[in-house]
Amino acid sequence: MNRIDQAFIDKKDRLLNVYFTAGYPNLEDTLSIAKALDEGGADLIEIGLPFSDPVADGPTIQASSTVALENGMTLNRLFDQLATLREHVKVPVLLMGYINPVLQYGFEAFCAKCAEVGIDGLILPDLPMYEYEVMYQSVLEKYGLYNVFLITPQTSEERIQKIDSLSKGFIYMVSSASTTGAKSGISTEQISYFQKIKSMGLKNKRLIGFGISDNESFSKACEYADGAIIGSAFIKLMEENSSSENIKNYIQQVKSPVS
Amino acid sequence: MSEVKSKYLVDERGYFGKFGGAYIPEMLYPNVEELKNAYLEIMNSDAFQKDFQKLLKDYVGRPTPLYFAGRLSEQYGAKIYLKREDLCHTGAHKVNNTIGQILLAQALGKKRIIAETGAGQHGVATATVCALMGLECTVYMGEIDMARQKPNVERMKILGAEVRPATSGSKTLKDATNEAMRHWINHPQDTHYIIGSVVGPHPYPDLVARFQSVISEEIKWQLKEHEGQENPDYVIACVGGGSNAAGAFYHYLDDEAVKLVAVEAAGLGNETGKSAATTALGREGVLHGSRSILMQTDDGQVVEPYSISAGLDYPGIGPFHAHLFDTGRAKFVGATDEEAMISGVQLSKLEGIIPAVESAHALAALDKVELKETDIVVVNLSGRGDKDLETYIKWGKY
Repeated sequence: MNRIDQAFIDKKDRLLNVYFTAGYPNLEDTLSIAKALDEGGADLIEIGLPFSDPVADGPTIQASSTVALENGMTLNRLFDQLATLREHVKVPVLLMGYINPVLQYGFEAFCAKCAEVGIDGLILPDLPMYEYEVMYQSVLEKYGLYNVFLITPQTSEERIQKIDSLSKGFIYMVSSASTTGAKSGISTEQISYFQKIKSMGLKNKRLIGFGISDNESFSKACEYADGAIIGSAFIKLMEENSSSENIKNYIQQVKSPVS
Repeated sequence: MSEVKSKYLVDERGYFGKFGGAYIPEMLYPNVEELKNAYLEIMNSDAFQKDFQKLLKDYVGRPTPLYFAGRLSEQYGAKIYLKREDLCHTGAHKVNNTIGQILLAQALGKKRIIAETGAGQHGVATATVCALMGLECTVYMGEIDMARQKPNVERMKILGAEVRPATSGSKTLKDATNEAMRHWINHPQDTHYIIGSVVGPHPYPDLVARFQSVISEEIKWQLKEHEGQENPDYVIACVGGGSNAAGAFYHYLDDEAVKLVAVEAAGLGNETGKSAATTALGREGVLHGSRSILMQTDDGQVVEPYSISAGLDYPGIGPFHAHLFDTGRAKFVGATDEEAMISGVQLSKLEGIIPAVESAHALAALDKVELKETDIVVVNLSGRGDKDLETYIKWGKY
C-alpha cells in the first residue's frame, strides 16, 4: 500500500504535512530536516524542488529556492541525498516542484528514481490535468506514485469532481486566491469555502494549505479537512534555526490539542 | 481581421504542433479559462472589430507604410521593402496588441490591468492604452531593467501607470513576468494581464499573434500596390518572444514559397555564452505557462540570456515560433550585437531611418540570406531607435 493511504488509515484526523525546500538553508540539510520532521510528529512531508521561476510561490519560498540553487541543489544531488531516506523516515514523502526540471531529467527516469528512493507522491502544480491524463498518468502508476492536484476557492464544482476522480492520496486545498505565504490566518469567507468542499462528499482526503502557520490556523483548518499543510511558516523557521530540536518543538507546538 | 486557418497555427487544445498548452498552476486556471472561453467570440464580434479598427486607424496611425528602401536595395542587390511599424504611436508594433487586449479586458468587465515589461516598450504601450481607457495600470519591470531604461520608467509614470520593480531571481524580464503572474494569482477577479509577446499559456500566444497579424495583412495589399503581387520572396523579422515576427509571418504561413526568416539576438556570439539565440542554445521546456524552446541549464533551471537589445533578451521563444523552427517553415538565424549595430547605423545613413536595436537585428539578416536581384524582401521594422540613442552612443561607431 502507498504510504500516503496508510497514513490516512493510521490517523483519522489532524494530519500535519510540512513542506520544506531541498537544499535550504544548507545544501546537505535535506535528510536531517526530513528526519527531524518525522521524529517530531509530522504525518507527511513535502520536499520542494527548487526552480528558477516559481510563479506560484510568494517571497519566502522563492527566496529559499534561490538560496538552494545557489547552494548547488540539483535533482541528481537530491536523489543522492535521498538514497538512504527510508532508513531514517517512515512517513510518506512527496516531491513538490515545477514541471520543467522534471521534464529535463526525463519524466520516466524521474519517476523511476522517486520509486527507488521511496518517494510516495508528486505535486506538480503547473502540470495540467489534460496532459497528465494523456502523457503522464500511466508513468506515475507504473511506479506506484500518487499525483496530488490542487483546488482553489475559484475552482468550479465540475472541475473539483474531475480532480477528485483523477486524484490519489489527497487533494491539496489552496485556502485562498494567493501565492504561497501571502496571507495568514483564516477568514470567514475561507471557512464557507472549506464547508462547501467538505459537504461535497469527495472520495479523496483533503489537506488545506496556504496561510497555515501555527497551532491556531492548523486547528481551524482541521475542523474542515483531514489535515493541513505548512510551508512558508516552516521555511521562515528554518531560516532562523534548522536544528532538529527546533523543528521538533515547532511540530509539537502546532499539533498540540486545542486547550 | 480575416480568419486564417493553417497547420502552423494553434489547434483546439492550444498547441502549435507539440508546443504551447497552458502549463499553469490551478490558481491561474479560472483567469486563463475565462479568457480562453471568451476571446474568439469577443474578437470576432462586429462591435469589437469596429472599435479595434477605428483605434488602429485614428490612434495608432495604421496602416503603417510599406516603404521601398531604394538605397538599401541598391546596397544588397534586391528589392527591399520596410514595413514601418516604427511609425506606430508609441514607436513600435507593441501597441497593436495592447489596443486589442485593452478592448478585450473591457469586454470582460475587468477594471485593472497588469503587464510585464523588459525594455519598457510593452509597458509604455500598455500604460498608453490604460490612459486612453481610464483603467488602472500596474507594470512589473525587473529592477535591473528599471535602472537601464529609466526614460521608459518615467514615460509610464507620466502616463499614470504604477511601475513595480521585480526584485526576485535575475531581476529582468522573466522575473517581471513571474511577478505579473503572481499578482494575477493574488487578484483573480477584476484584473486582466496584458502579456506583451506571443508567450504565456494558451490563449495568449494565439491572441497576441492575431492582434499583430494586421502587419502581414497590410503587407499583402500594400505589396500588391507596389509590385502587383501579394507575396514577397522573403519576410524577415527579429524574434525575442516573437510578437512582431508572428504578425509579419501570419498571413504568409501557408504560402510556402514565401521564405520566412526569424532573427534571434546572438549577443557576443553563441559560443561565448553571452547570447539570447534560443533556437541555437535552447531545448524544449516549460516556462511562463507554455511548452516551447527554452534556454536552460542541464538541470532545467532557466538561464539569463544576453543581448545588447533589451527587447530580445528573453530566454525563450513563443510556441508559435518553436513550431515554425521545428517544422523548418521559418529559417532561424542569429545576429550578433556588432552585426545589428552596423546594420542599424547603415539604415540610418542610407535611408534616414534610425531603427530600434531590436529591428536592427532583422536588418542584419540581409547579409545572411542569398539574395537575387529580382528578389522582393520585406523587413519588418518593428520599432524606432529613439529609445536606443544611448546604446548607439555607447557603441560609438557611426
